[in-house]
Amino acid sequence: MTDPAPAARPVREVSALELERRAFRRRRSQQSVLVAIASSIAVAAVVWVTVINTPAWSDVQRAFFNPEVALAALPRVWDGFLLNLQVLGLSVVTVGVFALLLAVLRTLRGPVFFPVRVIVAAYTDIFRGLPFIIVLFLFGFGLPTLTGTRIPPIVLGTLCVTLTYSAYVAEVIRAGIEAVHPSQRLAARALGLGYVQTLRRVVLPQALRKMTPPLMNDFVSMQKDVGLISILGAVDAVRAAQIVTAQTYNFTPYVVAGILFILLAIPTIRLTDWYTARLREREQAGAIV
Amino acid sequence: MTTVLRALDIHKAFGEREVLRGVDVTLDRHEVVALIGASGSGKSTLLRCLNLLEPIDDGQIFLDDEDISDPRVDANRVRARFGAVFQSYNLFPHLSVLDNVTLASRVVHRMPRREAEARAMALLERIGLADLAKQHPDRLSGGQQQRAAIVRAIATDPEILLLDEITSALDPELVGEVLELVRQLAVDGATILMATHEMAFARDVAHRVVFLDAGTIVEQGPPSEVLVAPREQRTREFLARFTA
Repeated sequence: MTDPAPAARPVREVSALELERRAFRRRRSQQSVLVAIASSIAVAAVVWVTVINTPAWSDVQRAFFNPEVALAALPRVWDGFLLNLQVLGLSVVTVGVFALLLAVLRTLRGPVFFPVRVIVAAYTDIFRGLPFIIVLFLFGFGLPTLTGTRIPPIVLGTLCVTLTYSAYVAEVIRAGIEAVHPSQRLAARALGLGYVQTLRRVVLPQALRKMTPPLMNDFVSMQKDVGLISILGAVDAVRAAQIVTAQTYNFTPYVVAGILFILLAIPTIRLTDWYTARLREREQAGAIV
Repeated sequence: MTTVLRALDIHKAFGEREVLRGVDVTLDRHEVVALIGASGSGKSTLLRCLNLLEPIDDGQIFLDDEDISDPRVDANRVRARFGAVFQSYNLFPHLSVLDNVTLASRVVHRMPRREAEARAMALLERIGLADLAKQHPDRLSGGQQQRAAIVRAIATDPEILLLDEITSALDPELVGEVLELVRQLAVDGATILMATHEMAFARDVAHRVVFLDAGTIVEQGPPSEVLVAPREQRTREFLARFTA
């Protein structure tokens, strides 16, 4: 029986050898800190001499990093950014649902589902290959023209993002589903779980854990691409920045919009790291070298 | 004794490779049958055919006189009447031990979570795993995992237990605790069909030993005959490898 039995251990004197090793490790880590500081100072000096301490740098600052223009542009860019966020929020839901549907349809076995599998495979091939901007032109402009009605840009934007990103996300989900070892399905079916129950209770939860990093990657990518809906004429962050830039002949508004998108992405990126680390910790005991 | 499971002339091939070539096997209620044979003799495949995890190519399987090999039979309902334990445990890594054990009760048998967990905890308590109920399987030793897998299989009171070389992946010092649990189940009257390489255990616990070779049953009978004084040359050759 290997059940853990934590007995109170007597306090042990650490050997001289181990004390010497610890002192060595401490010295070495102090040295690394010093080296890191020195190299950082060196790089900063090089940057200062070659970039900042040049006559062109003030021009660059004026054109791209002008605080006054930034402050003036921020309210309008922010208002536009809220539209991006709305499209993003809606798309997360629609992409999630549609992609999961595509992925499950593609993993269905049996001859009856042959045409379904082919159609889904063709769909993912087409929309992963098609540049997003063409999707925007085709559906964003084509659809209102075809139907002869005005469709709000938020709907069109969500539609286009969903069409494209569902193809990517469906492939991630499918890969995740297939990465779950067949013995897991076998064990679930042996318990009497049906196909759908097995998928929902056993396969998908495990697949989701495997999928999280690539899925979050697609999400970060999607956060940026919602900026492309400015093409549809919607006044989003990018469009607002463009308008202010045209008025001031200064590129700072674009930088402001860019910073907003970066700030949006960073939490997602950190969250991904934290989440995968937590999963690893929960499901795996012991250290990984 | 009443016959619970009766398989007649089971054939199964994977592509060109014939794994089962007409196997007849029966299992009485409360009977423990040990299925022995070399790797690749078809033991695992036979077990998987019996609870319909593999479709058979020919033959019939009767569970309580119902022909479960009929494609019109609801396979999920049939499988729920079996408990299966695998060589590599196959616990669900994303679920705690307790959730592993209660999954079938909750999802297949629609038992309320509270009731399922109470029953599962009682079982885990009995085999000394109650402390680890909230842990994920990867935190457990191989022996603990396999015992948890056995509890998962018996949590729904299956009529028949199919054990597929459940100690083959374990370190020698962990084999004992798993076999002890199986012995306990046998004493309690479980109906067990187990593929195994543990000859000593088969001799002690099994009522009947079935020797499978190249997809056919060569010899079967009480362990005192098959394992001690086999009639067939092939059985003798197979057993010689264990005593050598």
